[in-house]
Amino acid sequence: MTDFTRDEIIDFIYAEARMLDEGRYDEWLALWLDDGHYWMPLDYKQDDPHLTTSLLYEDMFMLKLRVRRLKGARTYSQKPKSRCSHVIQRPFVDLLDNEAGRYQTNTAMHYVETRLDDQMLLALTATHDLARVDGALRIAGKRVDLLNCDAAFGNIQLLP
Amino acid sequence: MTVQMQAKKAFDAQDIERLVQDHQVHRDVYTSQDVYALEMQHLFANVWVFVGHDSQTPKHGDYFTTQIGSQPVIQVRHSDGAIKVLHNRCPHKGTKIAIDRHGNTGTFFRCPYHAWSFETDGRLKAVPLDSGYADTSFETTENANGIKPVGAVRNYRGFIFARLADSGISFEDFFGDSLSSIDNMVDRSPEGRLEVAGPPLRYMHKCNWKMLVENQTDTCHPMVAHQSSAGTAVRIWEELGNPEPRPPAMQIIAPFMSPYEFFEKMGIRTWPNGHGHTGVSHSIHSDYDSIPGYFEAMCATYGETGAKAILDENRHNTIYFPNIMVKGPIQQLRNFIPLGPDKTLVESYIYRLVGAPDELLARTAMYNRMINAPTSIVGHDDLEMYERAQEGLLSDGLEWVNLQRLHPSAPEDFSQEAVENGTTERQMRNQFDAWKTFMTSTMPRGAS
Repeated sequence: MTDFTRDEIIDFIYAEARMLDEGRYDEWLALWLDDGHYWMPLDYKQDDPHLTTSLLYEDMFMLKLRVRRLKGARTYSQKPKSRCSHVIQRPFVDLLDNEAGRYQTNTAMHYVETRLDDQMLLALTATHDLARVDGALRIAGKRVDLLNCDAAFGNIQLLP
Repeated sequence: MTVQMQAKKAFDAQDIERLVQDHQVHRDVYTSQDVYALEMQHLFANVWVFVGHDSQTPKHGDYFTTQIGSQPVIQVRHSDGAIKVLHNRCPHKGTKIAIDRHGNTGTFFRCPYHAWSFETDGRLKAVPLDSGYADTSFETTENANGIKPVGAVRNYRGFIFARLADSGISFEDFFGDSLSSIDNMVDRSPEGRLEVAGPPLRYMHKCNWKMLVENQTDTCHPMVAHQSSAGTAVRIWEELGNPEPRPPAMQIIAPFMSPYEFFEKMGIRTWPNGHGHTGVSHSIHSDYDSIPGYFEAMCATYGETGAKAILDENRHNTIYFPNIMVKGPIQQLRNFIPLGPDKTLVESYIYRLVGAPDELLARTAMYNRMINAPTSIVGHDDLEMYERAQEGLLSDGLEWVNLQRLHPSAPEDFSQEAVENGTTERQMRNQFDAWKTFMTSTMPRGAS
């Protein structure tokens, strides 16, 4: 059984952000457990993803679809393609349970997305639920709370 | 033929009428600051505009703030239980009376600037140190009446509409039989009641508000603009071996890839005054999985025949002219709030069917985020089309926008309800016919 150190868990969070910034989406999808959900609430401190609207609450089918669409020849809103950059603060490791193989981190980030002449800056906090599977860290769930979740946005096309 | 905008000349009614022809509209209706200002002054004042839902302000003093056209307003629950709609402006110096998006003001409003206070129907209650107004004839001013209410308000089965103008078309005459779409949405609750479910999505578009409204009955774009999302969804599902039960995305997104024939046969109905809907016989909402317990609850209220009649109606998008769209089968309302000739805020609300299983609301919330969020892979391509059109219309290569699909040889009569092929652009023409009527009814007429 592999025990993960605090540093290894933090490194995982940095590596995930780098995959998104470099557009290595297939590698990124492979980090996820099959029943994981990527949740981005619409309301500040929202506690339920099901019975009110969220910005995102995506299962693996939707995440695969999202990634595949980005590569499509007729994906008009990605002509030209968007680019993104995550600037992340050192994650807090709020749960480190090697016994159960469960971990949770809380990471403050600035997320920049750009396309054509537009550039958008979002401040956010990401909460990762991680699990140890076959000796490797995997994403069991990710919650992204935008600081200005209740603001009106234009397109947010990549993944904060 | 061209219509040149004269920058210095004031528009009269004939100038506006020249922008709309039977089969085409001039690009100025989308791009001109002058036309936009006239829309705010005339169109949005003369018609009944959606404000909010009464469940957003359930108790006395509950309020929420929004806009009717460019006008900031407050929807508030008065002491007698009625909903009032007030101009959000202190009669003293103009400060917005309500600053929050929503809240409870207690038994009265109090201006945050000089503490003038008002009843929840707007009447002036008290002014501090009011001896300062003795012998000033303040009481003869309009401002002394308090916060000004809008011209007229109607609560139709929980949906609040207002007309800014003091006089004009009645609610019943304006909406007529189009109210059947709101009826169907509300009747889908076994208790005949809806409740707003959380805050709306707020999605900013750098395009004219009418492009968004027109797109709601544009049935020739889904299989093109949404191929990247809906087409890819179908492909992934096939690669997985068509697993059942279908992933939620297959129910919600895949129907956008239906062939032209599907949309032709679904039909479009138009009503007078610019209202209309797609999905007369069926729609992209027809093939959702049934949810245990719901039909039984509906039968308990309406009987089996009644319940079936309500649920067999699968209207797709109903336009309530000028600027909302309602989806009865999934209890969604989208408000296209104009902020400028090239700027529109879209607020997408969802409602809970009181007395129905939670799974229905979960599907509605799913639809809202999958299709209408700023993060939606479907919304992304729609916004791209609108914004490209807003830029493209600046081209002087052509000045007219074509709305001719399935245009008949004889002039169209929009004063009668009609049902036509689901790919017609008649509903867009219907909207512009109403646009012309309600823009010009209060405008001066030139000598011509």
